[in-house]
Amino acid sequence: MKETTPRPPKWATDFLRWYCRPGLAEDLEGDLFEYFTRNVRNKGARRARLIYIIDVIKFLRPYTIRKIDPLTFLSHFFMIGSYLKTSRRSLVRNKLFSMINIIGLAVSMSVGLLVISIVSDQLAYDDFHEKKDRIYRVITRFQNDGQSPINLASTSVKVAQRIPDAVPGIENFTVMRTGFSGDAQVGQNIFPIEATWADQSFFKVFTFPLIAGDPATALKEPYSLVLTAKTAEKLFGSTDAIGRTVRFDSLDYQVTGIAKDVPHLSHIRFDALISFASADALIGKKDNNFYAWNSVWSNYVYITVPKGGSTAGMQRALNKLSAAENKALQTAKVTVSLQPLHDIAMGQDLSNNIGPKTNPMILWALGGLAFVIILSACFNYTNLSIARSLRRAREVGVRKLIGAHRSHVLGQFIAEAVMIALLALLFSFGLYAFLRTEFLSLDKHIAQLFTLNLSLVTVLCFIALAAVTGILAGVLPALFFSKISALSVMKDSGGLKLFKRIGLRKTLIVVQYVLSLIFIATTMVGYGQYKGFLNFDLGFSTENVLNIKLRGEEADALKKELAELPEVKGISTSRMITSVGSFYGETVKYNPGDSALVWHNTVDENYIPVHQHKLLAGTNFKLRPEKGKESEVIVNQQVLKRFNIAGQDPQKALGELITVGGKKLAIVGVLKDFHYGTMESKIDPVMLLYSASEPSGYLNLKITSGDLEATIEKVENIWKKFDKVHTLEARFYDDQIQEAYSQFSVMIKIVGFIAFLAICIASLGLFGMVVFTTETKLKEISIRKVLGASQAGLVFLLCRNFLLLLAISAAVALPVTYVLFDQIFLTKFVYHQPIGMIELVSGAIAVMLLALLMISWQTAKAARSNPAEILKSE
Amino acid sequence: MKGTNLGEFEELVLLTIAALGQEAYSVAICDELERYTGRSAKLGVVHAVLNRLEEKSLSKSYLGDASATRGGKRKRFYEVTHAGKVALTRAKEVRENIWRNIPGFNLEGSI
Repeated sequence: MKETTPRPPKWATDFLRWYCRPGLAEDLEGDLFEYFTRNVRNKGARRARLIYIIDVIKFLRPYTIRKIDPLTFLSHFFMIGSYLKTSRRSLVRNKLFSMINIIGLAVSMSVGLLVISIVSDQLAYDDFHEKKDRIYRVITRFQNDGQSPINLASTSVKVAQRIPDAVPGIENFTVMRTGFSGDAQVGQNIFPIEATWADQSFFKVFTFPLIAGDPATALKEPYSLVLTAKTAEKLFGSTDAIGRTVRFDSLDYQVTGIAKDVPHLSHIRFDALISFASADALIGKKDNNFYAWNSVWSNYVYITVPKGGSTAGMQRALNKLSAAENKALQTAKVTVSLQPLHDIAMGQDLSNNIGPKTNPMILWALGGLAFVIILSACFNYTNLSIARSLRRAREVGVRKLIGAHRSHVLGQFIAEAVMIALLALLFSFGLYAFLRTEFLSLDKHIAQLFTLNLSLVTVLCFIALAAVTGILAGVLPALFFSKISALSVMKDSGGLKLFKRIGLRKTLIVVQYVLSLIFIATTMVGYGQYKGFLNFDLGFSTENVLNIKLRGEEADALKKELAELPEVKGISTSRMITSVGSFYGETVKYNPGDSALVWHNTVDENYIPVHQHKLLAGTNFKLRPEKGKESEVIVNQQVLKRFNIAGQDPQKALGELITVGGKKLAIVGVLKDFHYGTMESKIDPVMLLYSASEPSGYLNLKITSGDLEATIEKVENIWKKFDKVHTLEARFYDDQIQEAYSQFSVMIKIVGFIAFLAICIASLGLFGMVVFTTETKLKEISIRKVLGASQAGLVFLLCRNFLLLLAISAAVALPVTYVLFDQIFLTKFVYHQPIGMIELVSGAIAVMLLALLMISWQTAKAARSNPAEILKSE
Repeated sequence: MKGTNLGEFEELVLLTIAALGQEAYSVAICDELERYTGRSAKLGVVHAVLNRLEEKSLSKSYLGDASATRGGKRKRFYEVTHAGKVALTRAKEVRENIWRNIPGFNLEGSI
């Protein structure tokens, strides 16, 4: 029948036949066909088809659906032995193809395994708390008038004071405060320790078991101290430390409890806990602000709700509480809300967050990358299986003649793919063990975040991943084989259309190469950008500047001694290090009624020469007053612009007065704009304030030395004379900048690795296809050769198609990468290099060359072969 | 045995089968129903009812000959069984019984 009469869509009929009970199928199909022809006449072919499809779906009812035949179903199980045998034989027979498949699947799945363990770690965060489903954190939205609101993980102590009365239905609550840092003195020994203040309910809300001490009272009295087992070992050499005292400054703290070490996957991490009553006694009694409603920066409040309780009413009560308390505030609004415990490690971005936090987007991105890689390996499997179908077709034919259903053949090939995937899983597990250590050592933050330990669940997930991968890889070949007609295969195997599916295979190859090229181009361009950030002209010099963190030592004496080192050319002090992502802000006024937040750094008179900042006008700080008597300020061009000082003329701006934190300061110098923040933020108004000493800031040493390590050793020796407790914390400025962009470098490493894998897998697949094509065309080549074809001509003939595919891939991948960077990745950065065309193209060219090498190697081998050898075997 | 009482639509379908005699197959039943009632009868609904009637043994079916208009598929013809006939007669009797007990019924005043 030709196209003269419209026919109902075939797939819909197939679907009907598939689900319908055999007894009902025939006449139902006839009925629908009759209606279809009628509708074609009345309503046109298009509508008739639509109605047909809708009807087919509408007939999917309990009474029409086929009952599962237990015998067909069971026979799959009886046949598994046979499937295993034939699968093993075909694996062994085609060693090259099996190897390509298993290596590809193993490599790609190892990335999948890594992602699974990362995700399972992430989901296991804070899972050890007994009340994990009932713990909520009080979080804060802080809005200063005229500024954008800040979302904070922290909140005020006042919330904890008000919650028991103002919010009904709370079972328990606890308040914590971070930021205790001191030198613990035990006998003659001194250890620097950082601790957290926590109130007595801490152990009721959280599950941190105590080895010794009473959890109910351990944090009750002022100056009580709970140590973790590790800290106790460090301080006392044993965990038997209850009742002993630790001295901080002039105060004695008593050890009232020893807690087990904090589990790795906990967002609350501490070495020691100090009773909140001590914070009250030390800070709260003196500082009125301690209990203020808007003092929301370093306290954390957690509540538990009773079993079966809900938080709906609580949020309303908290809103009411916020509204009531905000009345007393003049310029700010503070609103508190609840955040469930399991959202803390993987939820919204909050300032002042404690503990590690992962953006779910990153997990999705990682999962996406793993998926793409696994898909690529599945493509290889699909491609090679279909390409080799000639050999298996006979087997399928025999099976069908003996009585196999389509579903049996389908099952067999999917089972085979799953078996190969499970085999690959074994190799993949070995690779994963290697990847895991590499991943954890990639960056110190990663090691803090994850343990990547195996659990039963993750292992089951691994197996599930392998099974799904197998099904994904096997489904297309299985469908292909199940459709083979037994008769035509047995009659004449040559009649099987070997290259029928060539379009599908070509598409898969192109997709693989597009992905590989995108990855490699992304890596190259990203690396170029990263290098650009590191070498960016910040507007000042960071070369050979060694920054030393001060710990409240006698900075002047230390400075004097350091300055005597011959390698130290200059030395300055500063409160903070610019260009690495920290900000210090202060409100500045110039014109009446106009104020703005201006970033600042507090420095001494040597800072500008050491960092070679360029002064457009004016001079360095001239007066060098004591603390509190400063009267000079140096600003950048943006400050002049922001306040429109002296028509933005640097020369005329000198001597103008600006008000900083209530003090009037005279502008003595104007700096050329420089990068105070990272490349993500644009250049804002910045000022330098003078301070003779910064006991908790940094020393900046400009070093000229051939042997930097020896110099650092000398610096360290001097440091030890002044501070025996703290170790020297000295970093080169360039290294610190590199660290500020470490997230970027980690990302490049990961994408680079994925690119490497994608290329390997795509190359393996292409190689397999080339080997197969040349093998099947061997006879054709020989005949052409006999008839006088040249070797170069033959190579070209064989390569042509593959080259075309590669060219298409490049034509798709490179523009996509460019757009990806131009429109998405780089929009985050205000300052960046232009996208390097050389970088964009070079990676692609390298991949293409690799592919070319492979293709021409194989085809040349075929073209060189002696035609007589091949033709005589016929 | 499932309930032998007839639903209204089941009764109509069963009557149509009886009325069509030898030509009672799904599409024809639908067309006839539409003609009698003036309502559109969807194949999906009728098919389900036919299936139910057969389950209740009120009708039985056999496959006829293939024809080109149906894409080479055979028709399934339905006929009313003895139980079906009994059920139809009973339904009719029930109605007539009630009709007889309505005093002075006419359509005129009610509109």
